[in-house]
Amino acid sequence: MKKYTFTEKKDTRSGFGDAMTELGKSNPNVVALCADLTGSLKLEKFQQLYPERFFQVGIAEANMISIAAGLTIGGKIPFTATFANFSTGRVYDQIRQSVAYSGKNVKICASHAGLTLGEDGATHQILEDLGLMKMLPEMVVINPCDYNQTKAATKAIAEYVGPVYLRFGRPAIPVFTAADQVFEIGKAWTVNEGKDVSIFATGHMVWEAIKAGEILAEKGIDAEIINIHTIKPLDEKAILTSVKKTGCAVSAEEHNILGGLGESIARTLSVHAPAPLEMIGTQDTFGESGTPDQLMEKYGLTANNIVEASLKAIERKRK
Amino acid sequence: MPEHKELERIASQVRRDVLRMVHGAKGGHPGGALGCAELFVLLYFKVMKHNPAKFSMDGIGEDIFILSNGHISAGLYSTLARAGYFPVKELATHRKINSRLQGHPTPHAHLEGVRIASGSLGQGLSVGIGAAQAKKLNNDNTNVFVLMGDGEQQEGQVWEAAMYAAHHKVDNLIAFIDYNGQQIDGPLKEVMDLGDLGLKYKAFGWEVIEVIGHEFAALDDAILVAKQTKGKPTVILMKTNMGQGVDFMAGTHKWHGVAPNDDELQRALAQLEETLGDY
Repeated sequence: MKKYTFTEKKDTRSGFGDAMTELGKSNPNVVALCADLTGSLKLEKFQQLYPERFFQVGIAEANMISIAAGLTIGGKIPFTATFANFSTGRVYDQIRQSVAYSGKNVKICASHAGLTLGEDGATHQILEDLGLMKMLPEMVVINPCDYNQTKAATKAIAEYVGPVYLRFGRPAIPVFTAADQVFEIGKAWTVNEGKDVSIFATGHMVWEAIKAGEILAEKGIDAEIINIHTIKPLDEKAILTSVKKTGCAVSAEEHNILGGLGESIARTLSVHAPAPLEMIGTQDTFGESGTPDQLMEKYGLTANNIVEASLKAIERKRK
Repeated sequence: MPEHKELERIASQVRRDVLRMVHGAKGGHPGGALGCAELFVLLYFKVMKHNPAKFSMDGIGEDIFILSNGHISAGLYSTLARAGYFPVKELATHRKINSRLQGHPTPHAHLEGVRIASGSLGQGLSVGIGAAQAKKLNNDNTNVFVLMGDGEQQEGQVWEAAMYAAHHKVDNLIAFIDYNGQQIDGPLKEVMDLGDLGLKYKAFGWEVIEVIGHEFAALDDAILVAKQTKGKPTVILMKTNMGQGVDFMAGTHKWHGVAPNDDELQRALAQLEETLGDY
């Protein structure tokens, strides 16, 4: 198992905010819109440095999404910023008609996704957003795994022409990917090569997958860990190549098992090369109040859960 | 610049096109399209600075029109074709399979002149705001025009947009409301009364102008005032007749979403001069 270490913990939303500050300087067409959550989305610096390109919309997310669509008509590259719940479920029709169907170059940037939002509880902990967004034709869906990857992804989507959903989170988590990485949309990253089981993880679950890989290594199991940061378009080639080698798979996401990464992998495998798949995710349930760690533990989203799922997948392949 | 007399002739042809399009498709929304013929024609044949021969999605240096109440697409399509955006004969494909003239307009169909999809109501004013603010960033002193339905004012997002446009002083945005008092289920006052719509916009910080939507001169003057209004957006409440131009269609919600049959089409066309040649 390849060794991963970290020297600091940072929130992925800061990766977004810091990238926006850089984009403000490097790309004059980049504009930001925020629905009364400038601090939470780490956009204060962008607002301060580029006030004419920062649009405060107040608590009116539907208006924000459609305004963003309109800004593209003048050649702007709008980044909308609010919590994941208000970025998707609340404004689904605006995204569907004004952005996706209209083919607009809008970047929907969503923080505080999933259970790790914590104490505010289920109203704010959306676990359905990946499914909602990947269902939209022509929408790119990205869920990076740490500060550096979020920063790189934010810069990459500014270069890509078309609608994108970028999902990140609230808590400070280990920074373990390279600061100078080049983010390639739709290209999976092999975190660790292995031969016994393929673990496909996204977002906050990638670090958990690395910890799981270490535990599995102690048990003599050689896990291949692949970071699927782009849920759509899915890197089917990476998935199929890996499972062809290992014979079984585990998916890990901070999202409902219905509609998320796991289902996309299940579809890919069942169509092209059926193999045992175990899914780590929330089990078609809402979240609740608690600390991020408590919630991830209670809802089965830890390294230990990935270990158990891996053992089960390996067992199934031997039958 | 065309005289209003000439615009009236074009409007008559647009109305003929609308009726023939919805009749040909055996469905569509003639009522609102007939009621907005004067506005469409005035904008595209006199008011707007635009380039039908070379459509650009960005619309930089051009006035931009956003149709928020997308169901009256037949009126927009006819006007765009007559203005030279695409061949007039393509109007015959409206609402049919493999057409660029979808039931509701969309850039997804790559039809010249259409910059945003609409149909699900309440989004166009927000889109117009974005397009108008992009113009300000680009130091582009052209304008953005948005047409909405009156029933559409029941959508909450319209009022989010109204609040925003005044707060951000989006004065290069001019909104029109097709105030015909009718919606699918009946008269607006019975379905969901808007109260004093003009006063509502005033209270939100807008300049409000009321005109008869079928009088070119009045509409033209109102747009001139709107263009000169600085520091706030303007809304022009157009008192209109749904189904204007055809006596048995005018003033009722019954023709909101129904196509005329063969006989009704002939009776309607008899009331409208064929001025530019039918497609």
